[in-house]
Amino acid sequence: MTTELIDRPAVALPVDPLAHALADIDGWPEPVTNAPIEAEAKTKDLVIVNWSGELDRVWPTLILASTAAASGFRCRVFVTFWGLLPFVRDGVRITGENWMQRMLSFMQRPGIDHLRLSKMNFLGMGPWMIGRLRRQYGVASPRELLEACQALGVEFIPCQMSMDMFGIKRDDLIDGMAEPAGAATAIEIMTEANASLFI
Amino acid sequence: MALIEITQLVDARGQSCPMPIVRTAQAMKTLPSGAVVEVVATDPGSVKDFAAWCRSTGHQLVESSSDTAVYRFVIRRK
Repeated sequence: MTTELIDRPAVALPVDPLAHALADIDGWPEPVTNAPIEAEAKTKDLVIVNWSGELDRVWPTLILASTAAASGFRCRVFVTFWGLLPFVRDGVRITGENWMQRMLSFMQRPGIDHLRLSKMNFLGMGPWMIGRLRRQYGVASPRELLEACQALGVEFIPCQMSMDMFGIKRDDLIDGMAEPAGAATAIEIMTEANASLFI
Repeated sequence: MALIEITQLVDARGQSCPMPIVRTAQAMKTLPSGAVVEVVATDPGSVKDFAAWCRSTGHQLVESSSDTAVYRFVIRRK
């Protein structure tokens, strides 16, 4: 990805009266009132933690991720807990090794085309109506947005612990996912990012 | 105003946020610096969004106009 920067006007930092008073004392270092703006700023980046597997959360995650990548920003999405399920590849219906893991995937069908609503799901009536409205108003589906995200270089990082607990293997997930990682990785990239969201 | 040669047209009519931006960004990626893309869209939100997107990316928004619910953007690649 290329580095694309926004021109920022030089902003003088507000003058701190205490720092000025201290500066009058002999030997005290001069306060820095106008810090130089870094000449080589890094590419802006956005980190999203995608915790939910629900339509009304995965959708905004994918919209913001694709738009960030389209705007030339680096975008990474840490995919954890229920949030893993939309990233299970097509054709994988039941995941897991033991009966509880398999039962969970049976109760909550994985895959990007099978997202439920967090409210007003009504046994699928809610998502069906949202789907009708989506087509009527020309809104891109989660699948289209996911494909756009991948084409634009959004990195999806699956949570290793969630994969273990749900019994989801790397082969169960869609192609192009990043190496699985843990909370420390999530914290590192979130704290270093220009913006981080937990959706 | 001097005539500008359009390198590529992006037809985003009927598409909602964020697809006009996403499709334009994808088209831009394949083009050389200085190329000019014309976007036609029907999403009223795209007026503010293309201005913001050009500020983010550094592409030049040469023209932003509307004509009976069709919005037209001419953008020069950075």
